Amino acid sequence: MSDAARLKTIAEDAAHQQELDIANLRHIKPRHYGRMIAAAIILLLAALLVRAFAEGQIGWAVVGQYIFWPTIMMGVVNTVWLSVASMAIGVILGGLCAVARSSPNAVLRTVALFYTWFFRGTPIILQLLVWYNLALVFPHIGIKGIWYAKTVHVMTPAAAALLGLGLNEGAYISEIMRAGLLAVDVGQYEACKAIGMPRLMMLRRIIMPQALRVAIPPLGNEFIGLVKTSSLASIVGFTDLLKASENVYYVNTAVMELLLVAGLWYLVVVTVLSVFQRSLEQRASRGFARAAR
Amino acid sequence: MTRRVVSAVKVGKSFGPLQVLTEVSLDVHLGEVVCIIGPSGSGKTTFLRCINQLESISAGALWVDGELTGYRRVGDALHPLSEREILRQRRSTGMVFQRFHLFPHLTALGNIIEGPARILKRPMAQVREEGMALLERVGLADKANAYPAQLSGGQQQRVAIARALAMQPKLILFDEPTSALDTELVGEVLQVMRDLARSGMTMIVVTHELKFAAEVADRVVFMDAGRILEEAPPSALLYQPQHDRTKRFLSSFAR
Repeated sequence: MSDAARLKTIAEDAAHQQELDIANLRHIKPRHYGRMIAAAIILLLAALLVRAFAEGQIGWAVVGQYIFWPTIMMGVVNTVWLSVASMAIGVILGGLCAVARSSPNAVLRTVALFYTWFFRGTPIILQLLVWYNLALVFPHIGIKGIWYAKTVHVMTPAAAALLGLGLNEGAYISEIMRAGLLAVDVGQYEACKAIGMPRLMMLRRIIMPQALRVAIPPLGNEFIGLVKTSSLASIVGFTDLLKASENVYYVNTAVMELLLVAGLWYLVVVTVLSVFQRSLEQRASRGFARAAR
Repeated sequence: MTRRVVSAVKVGKSFGPLQVLTEVSLDVHLGEVVCIIGPSGSGKTTFLRCINQLESISAGALWVDGELTGYRRVGDALHPLSEREILRQRRSTGMVFQRFHLFPHLTALGNIIEGPARILKRPMAQVREEGMALLERVGLADKANAYPAQLSGGQQQRVAIARALAMQPKLILFDEPTSALDTELVGEVLQVMRDLARSGMTMIVVTHELKFAAEVADRVVFMDAGRILEEAPPSALLYQPQHDRTKRFLSSFAR
């Protein structure tokens, strides 16, 4: 080896040693000062908010006193059953409507399209009022000889609320269901046909389960929205949770306390629904690798 | 002369102005394996889909298992059958798709027993037992509870073959069953099909696997532009094609 070559090797060794030294150094984690400051400010604001509520003129004892008050409990029950029943109507109507939209029959398609257009296109309050005041245009409803009644007797606040919310919900849900149906591969329909599966069985056993996997998160959203929209039913005289708490504070004037009571109950209902949605989602995502955890 | 399982006479199919099949005539006998080859767009897949009525034919007539498919003769015209009748007729034919089309929300066993249990409404215990035997037959007994997404393409296609067999069809149609598979997975599917052919199943296979056709088929059919140009035993059609178009098509395969 020549001197020049030997010198070069020594220099390379030294450089490599230096690199090794650097590679063995301790690693310091990056500090995110921006995040730390932001977190500190948020914590401070949260503390101020808590103090404000603690020092504010809120009778927490009143809140505790009314949380299980019979009138309030009645409101909770009314809100829950109205929401559940409207959602059931909505899911059934929406499902039928979504299937009708993809029907080869032009009449079915058009009716379904008209339904969605009409009920999504007008305010829910207007629809509730129309149902409630139906007697003004149709004093009697039914078919003579089978069942016939005065409209005012049939169209109670509960019936008007149920019809209004259910039909309105169906129009929105039909679009969610349609998105779900569109997400199912056409090959699935062909595989069903190839083993000679009847159309209804195909929808129930193969297509709907796959469509629901896609539809459940937005359906959950719809349901949660509906629980709160149902408070609009008070406009036709239905005593939902919010109306019930209003009825109480008209008497005892504890406005904020009763609103807090109502708010807490809405949160409870929505939380229960969210848990329910999650378990439903897990069930619907059977077989799919990217399952919701 | 053995029984004819499929008999197509001057079958025509058009999508609007597009003529996809023109006067396609073909007989397939019991236990026969027929491979259909040809360039893409030649109508092979459409013809296959006509046999199990995923497409309705617009001219000619097609018999499967001795029954005129899709239509009923009334006087001097053919009237379409009801949806119910068509579903019943389809049950005599199994179909294996290029892209498997397994039901993703059902397990391998669930896919296989869905038809016999729900459509044929046969007792569950018996159907499950047969389903397990079918999984065994395609070499996937240990995957009974796996979902399609947990299986390789080759395994999915083998489950799809078992699903078709579960309906106890008279004939199975294969639509390019290995075209969507990685090369290394093609062999396991072809092996299952080879065993099936040996067991005496009547099969019509649309394929690009000429080696498979040469080895397994009783007859090979060459289609181009919606017509059958040639049909002959594989040794004749693949090695001494009569038609120029067939020669050109075969020469495009580097062998």
